[in-house]
Amino acid sequence: MIPRLGALTQDTLWCFSQVKGTIEIGATEADIISTVEFNHTGELLATGDKGGRVVIFQREQESKNQVHRRGEYNVYSTFQSHEPEFDYLKSLEIEEKINKIRWLPQQNAAYFLLSTNDKTVKLWKVSERDKRPEGYNLKDEEGRLRDPATITTLRVPVLRPMDLMVEATPRRVFANAHTYHINSISVNSDYETYMSADDLRINLWNFEITNQSFNIVDIKPANMEELTEVITAAEFHPHHCNTFVYSSSKGTIRLCDMRASALCDRHTKFFEEPEDPSNRSFFSEIISSISDVKFSHSGRYIMTRDYLTVKVWDLNMENRPIETYQVHDYLRSKLCSLYENDCIFDKFECVWNGSDSVIMTGSYNNFFRMFDRNTKRDVTLEASRENSKPRAILKPRKVCVGGKRRKDEISVDSLDFSKKILHTAWHPSENIIAVAATNNLYIFQDKVN
Amino acid sequence: MMFARGLKRKCTEDEEAAPSYSRQRQSLLDMSLVKLQLCHALAEPSLCRSVLIANTVRQIQEEMTQDGAWRGAAPQTTGRAPLDRLVSTDLLCRSVRDGAGDGPAAPAPRGLQSSIWEGDGPLEDKGSFQKSLDQILETLESNTPLSVDELFSDVDSSYCSLDAVLTGVVGGAQSGQDGLEALAAMAAPAPSTSCKSDLGELDHVVGILVET
Repeated sequence: MIPRLGALTQDTLWCFSQVKGTIEIGATEADIISTVEFNHTGELLATGDKGGRVVIFQREQESKNQVHRRGEYNVYSTFQSHEPEFDYLKSLEIEEKINKIRWLPQQNAAYFLLSTNDKTVKLWKVSERDKRPEGYNLKDEEGRLRDPATITTLRVPVLRPMDLMVEATPRRVFANAHTYHINSISVNSDYETYMSADDLRINLWNFEITNQSFNIVDIKPANMEELTEVITAAEFHPHHCNTFVYSSSKGTIRLCDMRASALCDRHTKFFEEPEDPSNRSFFSEIISSISDVKFSHSGRYIMTRDYLTVKVWDLNMENRPIETYQVHDYLRSKLCSLYENDCIFDKFECVWNGSDSVIMTGSYNNFFRMFDRNTKRDVTLEASRENSKPRAILKPRKVCVGGKRRKDEISVDSLDFSKKILHTAWHPSENIIAVAATNNLYIFQDKVN
Repeated sequence: MMFARGLKRKCTEDEEAAPSYSRQRQSLLDMSLVKLQLCHALAEPSLCRSVLIANTVRQIQEEMTQDGAWRGAAPQTTGRAPLDRLVSTDLLCRSVRDGAGDGPAAPAPRGLQSSIWEGDGPLEDKGSFQKSLDQILETLESNTPLSVDELFSDVDSSYCSLDAVLTGVVGGAQSGQDGLEALAAMAAPAPSTSCKSDLGELDHVVGILVET
């Protein structure tokens, strides 16, 4: 996106567009949104929830009559992707929560997406049906079989229009390949393969083959008692189908080249920032654990999210990130409490905008943050029902760290840590963002002049 | 709501001196061990979380060992229920070695005689500084029978092994190692728990070939 002349110093103004989901009273834990993803054109927006459901929204065509209202997203399809299962050997439940959804690029009229829970990845086909055949010979209009003896003439069935029906069918089920919990899936740029990553292993799949997968990374120690590090996220390079990265709980990122060997246990590049000794505490390792890693659209950079910061790395420089952004540094003095209530283990995701100029990530109290990499300005916004008037401009929020609290500021101790924004998504080419706040999905757009 | 407890505590405690670094470090250790046990919920616990907590426990243990504060048994402090001593404080969030600003109780080189430990000597076990986490857990378990058992009375004691946590064995189940669930579709499940090398092989096979 090329900024208008003179607009370089102006921040984007974000407006409320829509909110999906129930208001608190009717919400159950199954409604908690666990993943959000736009497809490659931005026409579709998919969400997955703890109950194993996938809801796909479609952007309506923009009409000339309503220029001020850029296309809204309406429900397109809803289906149950995963069901709860029980692992009888371990006497443990396998949650149906959808951990990740990834779209495949569109190659025909149908849409394809991958959805995964802790153990099983599924390929879903979402297609439209707006015609149906009528005039069968062997069946009557209600579908009952006709007695062949009564048939005296033959006719050719014809297709007649019907109300649009969107159906989702599972086309592939990729099961039984992960002992540990799947945290990431990533479609390769060859559009033929994809990877799934769990805590200790990464597997490579071909979309057509469900009974076999190739293990490309295995960090499981021979003796599990020696385990000190796990895989936290993984992603393929957007253009180079032989390259992928994975992050770890120790704050490191490894870039691997599949041409080097079948088992990519030896990385090609190793990204790690040296520790700041003045900041060392018992919680240093926990807060350095990377919860998300994303390639930029250009493929030149990777972005990582750890508990307190977002970092941008240049693939050509391994020894430190080129940019570090503080998400909520005021929490640094509260780490012990956050460890006690387990919030320190929350896994926040991060996203790039379409031009890789702005990055976004979530925080607590339903706050989310955006960082402009060019202007170095940042903003904190809130997803809440109070700011939900159509086209209402979101007011920047500010957390007061100490001393006198100004009127519009909120103090650190008043933050609601049960309201966390872990999952966000950015439209591939426009300034439209989707923010998941527990069981609600907020859609914001930039102000249209 | 989460921090009110911790914030107010500092101001109102007169009779008891502000919690010392050692006491809070012990409290963090207790909290961590409780967390490792509590994570045996219905669904499989997060391995990432368990590993991070275990690493934290190791760090504390190492530091305590270097301080000479680690002992096989510390009846005084561990006699109290761990949950009572969960202190919400920012003291532990500061750098480990910056003295914590509380005078005589600050970590010091060997010879530290903290009133907490009121013990016999700085180092109980000169030969084995690196005690295993098993021993830490045993300590917690044996010296606080009231608290741990009370909390987890229906939990098999084998839960209390960190090793067990990391290897995913639950409640003394006979089998549950890697690869078995994949094999279940193919053949009868392997019987024993201790054949780690066999399971390693199975792992390797399963990692490549997957049964639908």
